[in-house]
Parts: sequence; C-alpha cells; structure tokens
Amino acid sequence: MWYFQAPTVVYGEDALSHLSTLEGTRALIVTDANMAKLGVVDRIRQPLEDGGFAVEVFAEVEPDPDTETVSRAAEKARDFGADWIIGLGGGSPLDAAKMVRVLAERPDLTPQDVNPIVPMGLTNAVRLCTIPTTSGTGAEAGWACIITDRAEKRKLVLGSRDAFPDVAIVDPALAAGMPPWLTADTGMDALVHAIEIYTGSWHNDYVDGPALMSIRLVFDYLPRAYRDGSDMEAREKMANAATLAGFGLANANIGLAHALAHSLGGVFHPPHGRTTCVFLPYTMQFCIKDAPERYADIARFLGLPGETDAERAQALIEAVQQLQVEVGQPQDVRSLKIPEDQFHAEMDHLVASAEADATMFTSPRVPDSAEVARLFEYAYQGRAIDF
Amino acid sequence: MSVMFPSSEWTVEFQKALNTNPVYAEAARNWEGDFYFIVTNIPGQPDPTTMYADLYHGKCRAAELVDDDSVYNPAFRMTAPIGVWRKVIEKKMDPIQGLLTRQLKLHGDMVTIMKNVKAAKELVNSLSTIDTQFPS
Ligand SMILES: [Zn+2]
Repeated sequence: MWYFQAPTVVYGEDALSHLSTLEGTRALIVTDANMAKLGVVDRIRQPLEDGGFAVEVFAEVEPDPDTETVSRAAEKARDFGADWIIGLGGGSPLDAAKMVRVLAERPDLTPQDVNPIVPMGLTNAVRLCTIPTTSGTGAEAGWACIITDRAEKRKLVLGSRDAFPDVAIVDPALAAGMPPWLTADTGMDALVHAIEIYTGSWHNDYVDGPALMSIRLVFDYLPRAYRDGSDMEAREKMANAATLAGFGLANANIGLAHALAHSLGGVFHPPHGRTTCVFLPYTMQFCIKDAPERYADIARFLGLPGETDAERAQALIEAVQQLQVEVGQPQDVRSLKIPEDQFHAEMDHLVASAEADATMFTSPRVPDSAEVARLFEYAYQGRAIDF
Repeated sequence: MSVMFPSSEWTVEFQKALNTNPVYAEAARNWEGDFYFIVTNIPGQPDPTTMYADLYHGKCRAAELVDDDSVYNPAFRMTAPIGVWRKVIEKKMDPIQGLLTRQLKLHGDMVTIMKNVKAAKELVNSLSTIDTQFPS
C-alpha cells in the first residue's frame, strides 16, 4: 500500500490569475525580501485583492530557513487570522510556507514536531497555495520541508502529508526573471530529483512517468533557458519539468546525491541545486556498480547509446556531465569554494549527517560510513568513483 | 530452529540478532530509547501482545515479553496488527513506508526517529534475520 498525492496544478501562461478565484478572506504571503524588492509580491497581491482577500506579507524567509523563522511567520499568520498561506519564491520560502501552514493551526507544536508519521489533526481552516519563482525545487508539489536547526548545524526533513499544498500555481512568467546561473542551479536540481526518484528504491508506476518526462525536458530545454532567459517555451517546459519531478518528491524519495548535499549544506550553505548537481555523477558512478538497470532505462528513454545496461548507464553519466558543462555548473566540491582544511575538519560531522539523512536509505546502493567519507573526498577532488 | 512471533523465545532471538549485527551497532551508536512492540489481532493469543526492548547505544540491553504493559514506561511504542509485523519481518514492507502510511503506528519523540532513520532501518533488517514462524 502506498499513496499518490498531488496538489491541483494550475500551469502555463496567466496561471497567476487563478489566485483571484481562491475562496477565502485573509491571505498571508510567505516569501523572501528579494521577492518583495523585485515587485513579485505585488503581482501576487493584486489578483488576491481582486478576489476580495485582505493580504499580509511575511518577507523574512532566509535561504535555508530555520526553525525560528518559521515559528515567527506562523505567529504572524495566527495574529492575522490567515485562512490561506501563499508560499512564493524558490525552495526556501515554499518550504517555510508549508511549515507555517501547519503551525498556524497547531500553535502547540514546534517545527521539529511536524513529521509525516503522526497525524497532525488538521482541518481545512488554513489552506496552502505554492507559487514557485524558480524551476527546480519541486517544492510546490509536495509536503516535505527542509528546515535548518542552527544549533545542531543540520537540515531537518520535516513536514506532514496532512498539510499537502491545495494548489500549486506554476506560471512560467515568474521564472523568466532568473539570471542564467540560477536557471542552471535550479534546473539541474530538477534533473537530480527526477533521476534519483526513478532509480530509488521507492520508485513506483505513478512517479516513473513524470520522472522520465522531467529528465527529457531538462535535457531538451535547460540549455535553451540558460542561454536565453526570454525563451518562454523553454521557461515553460523547465517550469513543468520541475513540478513533474516534484510529484516524485512527494510520492517517492530522492537519494544519495541529496543526502550528501543536505549534509554539506547544513555546514557550508552552498546553493542547494548546484550542490546536488555536483554530487550526482559521483553518486551515479557509485550506484551503477550494483544496480545499472534503472539508469539504463533512462538512457534508453533519452536515446543514448550502449549495448549493455552498464554501458547505457555510463552514457547517462556522461550526458549529465556534458549538460553540467553546457550550463556552467561546477563539477567538484572544491569549486563550490569550500576551503579544503575546513572541509576535512568537518568530515566526521558531514558523514554522520549524510547517514542520518532521510534520503539516504532509498538509494539503490547504500554506502557504509567509510564509503560516505570517500564519496565526499572523491567529489571534493573531482576523482571518478572506483569503489 | 524457527521461533514463534510474538513470544518470549522470539524476544531472546531478537536481542541476539541485534547484538550480533555490527551495522546496527554502528548506525544506532547514539540511540537511547526503549520500545514496546505491540502486536494486535493475533489468532488465539491475548490482544494485544507486548514485547519490551531496551535499546541503548547500538546494543539491546534487555528484551522480554510483558504480561502487563504498565511494567515499563518506554520512550517509544510501535503498534501494528500481526499481518503488518509479518510483512515487515519478511521484508515485504519497507518499515519507513509502513510508518508513513501509518500501518505501523509509532508513539514517542518523532524528532529522535527522524534523525535516526538508518538505525530504524537496520533494526528491522535485524528482525528479518530471525527464523520466524507466525500463528496461522
Ligand atoms: Zn533538490
């Protein structure tokens, strides 16, 4: 027994106009300062007000939001009496919004209490709309939220299936303002999601199709969106690729590249998408030694060459590496500007956090502690995995 | 020789299985928290039947069948019908998916659980090494 759950997805040109049709009275927009500064908040506020909403804004979500921020935003939601939480932005504001939606209704809980195992006892008193402004995190489509525990220097995978987004608005116009580096960072994250979902041990018939389609869209359209941000066809296809992969995030699980990236992110805070993308070829090399079949499936779907599963899987790794180069992504951890002495000083902590990460155990090949350390080391030095 | 689940004999095998699994010892090296494993819907046995396990720093310090569940006040209680336990022990159900679908019901500090997914997984992997019989 398992579930497939997805929000109503409103996508394509003018999708934002759907906001004026939401039923409710008070909307709290949860976002970051940049969205407010760039005027994106106003583009959301207008249709909400047209629909009769009173609107308040919490624009204080930082990159990698922490437990304190989401608690503060939830307090604002309660004080305002919000019946809709509107998450607006990249992964961080959307993740924060999901947590705010739960805490707004359950002031007795701490963020750490919000987990998928225990029923949260929520009603429909507060609803959740997610609006991505980047094309990659897939956070709009699922329940999980990554919240940082600063005291422990760890990213926690929290959230509840009971607080699924009601509506995700995937309007490509919002992504059109991304600079090329952000297009690449986030677009590659979508690719990592889709590949890890398709190859992970929780893959299932319901997420396989969206994951494969997401992978194909990224290969076909990310270079175009990267070269020309005003190519709206490419923008729309990338927005869809991200949300399709998001279905997988919500209903299966990502894997090893994310476990390593979450761990590194908890200490050094490099951008999420760039980091998962750095790790992906290394974790693929590690995993195909045991289980090349699903990687070969993807290669077949993309029309990559190879006689055997191992050869096809290898062709997929090479295609990922080529795409990294094409869209200007770094290919080793050193290039994330993490000083080597600090990286080594934190190694025990990095290994422990990666092993405890909730995305680790669905990897097609699960490394032991020594192998996790070697994966980190090889990825830092840019060495192909040979173990 | 196979042992019946749940039973006093099974708890002995359970303790042995955990204490001879180096991967569990490593994954659970920071774990502190005892458990009730509560089995419901067992044909011909008291309902529920409760087993206690004291898990501490990668070792199982004690395991026993308890007649009266007020004897201990464990940090965690995991409850499921025997059919679900059987699927988990026979590795036909991923225990984390079992928890997420709430077929396995867990009470206790969830933060601790979510930070120790690997230990939970290895705990279950140990269970599946026990040659187990189920009441029919
Ligand atoms: Zn990601």
